[in-house]
Amino acid sequence: MSATLAAFRDRLAYQGVSLGIVALLATTALVVGNQMTREAIVQAEAADLANLLAQVLPDGTADNDLLTDIVKVGAGETAVTVHRARKAGVPTAAVFRMAERGYAADIVVLMGVAADGRLLGVRIVKHAETPGLGDKIEIAKAKWVLDFDGKSLGEPPAEKWAVKKDGGVFDQFAGATITPRAVVKAVKRGLEFFSAHREEILS
Amino acid sequence: MNARGIVRDGLWDNNVVFAQMLALCPAMAVTTSGTNGLGMGLATTAVLLVSNILVALIRDFVSPQVRIPVFVVLIATLVTLVDLVLNAWLHDLYKVLGLFIALIVVNCAILGRAEAFASKSPVLGAALDGIAMGLGFTFALTVIGLIRELLGSGTLFAQASLLLGPQFAFLETTVIPNYGGVLMMVLPPGGFLVLGVLLAGKRVLDARVAARKSRLAKTDFSTETA
Repeated sequence: MSATLAAFRDRLAYQGVSLGIVALLATTALVVGNQMTREAIVQAEAADLANLLAQVLPDGTADNDLLTDIVKVGAGETAVTVHRARKAGVPTAAVFRMAERGYAADIVVLMGVAADGRLLGVRIVKHAETPGLGDKIEIAKAKWVLDFDGKSLGEPPAEKWAVKKDGGVFDQFAGATITPRAVVKAVKRGLEFFSAHREEILS
Repeated sequence: MNARGIVRDGLWDNNVVFAQMLALCPAMAVTTSGTNGLGMGLATTAVLLVSNILVALIRDFVSPQVRIPVFVVLIATLVTLVDLVLNAWLHDLYKVLGLFIALIVVNCAILGRAEAFASKSPVLGAALDGIAMGLGFTFALTVIGLIRELLGSGTLFAQASLLLGPQFAFLETTVIPNYGGVLMMVLPPGGFLVLGVLLAGKRVLDARVAARKSRLAKTDFSTETA
């Protein structure tokens, strides 16, 4: 380090200006980074969503673009965005999210419901449950969510829409009851939401 | 300090978790399994390496009075850029590591190394220190994660293939089949218990090694004088 630089570094103006330059460079880097990645991130997230939507709908349920065929049901913050699957223009199924408080935070469930009210598939989109216990709701870790396939509001009857511990038909996990209970509740609420707004969704 | 000393310091003598006891927040939060510990460790190593190099490059131009804000801005920018790049171009990896990357910003070990080492060292030494410290952190996190995973759910490296790719599926072992699991080991208290036992173990080991060294030194001395 040269002596002149050392003398400069102790000046107040140098410190202020150098801090400013670093902040400016950092901001520039962030702006450039954001610009360069924005497009790719939007694409990756759209691909993710399309991938998820495809998971809760069996092959051949839809021939339209679910990402654009959406309807908002309800008003304000509780509005639910429903993706509609159509085949030759006729609505065949609806896909939407439901959230329910789990053990740690809200569990967000994505569910596909056929026009007749039958469940086509359920996936967990977001959760913060205990790793190794509550996270068995993820399809990557256990097959538990597949239990919902084919169920509807009448099958099993309403009082059986619960985990086995509460007298229902769905398994709970050893050491974790709150998590599956929340998922079952969310799916049941989703089905009720679907039957209440069926006309609006499938119009 | 020589290269050997730097590596030894990072991996054992001055290990981020076991000796400096820094970065305990991410260490406790993610070590619920060996795989998670490994992922967090590797992501941190990458950031630590780059931040150490950058800090060593600019150390002459930063006056000591404003060095902390400069380092903080630098590290925060770096982590944000890594987050954006992974999200955009390595999206599958991002879905696995995304949680860890946000946590790296609050990892005090990175600022700690910038302050304690990189700001006083040439670029090569700083880079080596970043790698050694990062690998030491990875080692600590993986060990804690493996112990908690074994006691908590009876498996080792569960879901390693999600992090490292399908060719690493062989790492996934179920040690105790149909194991009920000890919930506490997966929850934060279990992390502190494991860390405490490991710290005590390291102390005992270091004390033994030191005792043997001093014994050897004494014998050497006596033979020389005899």
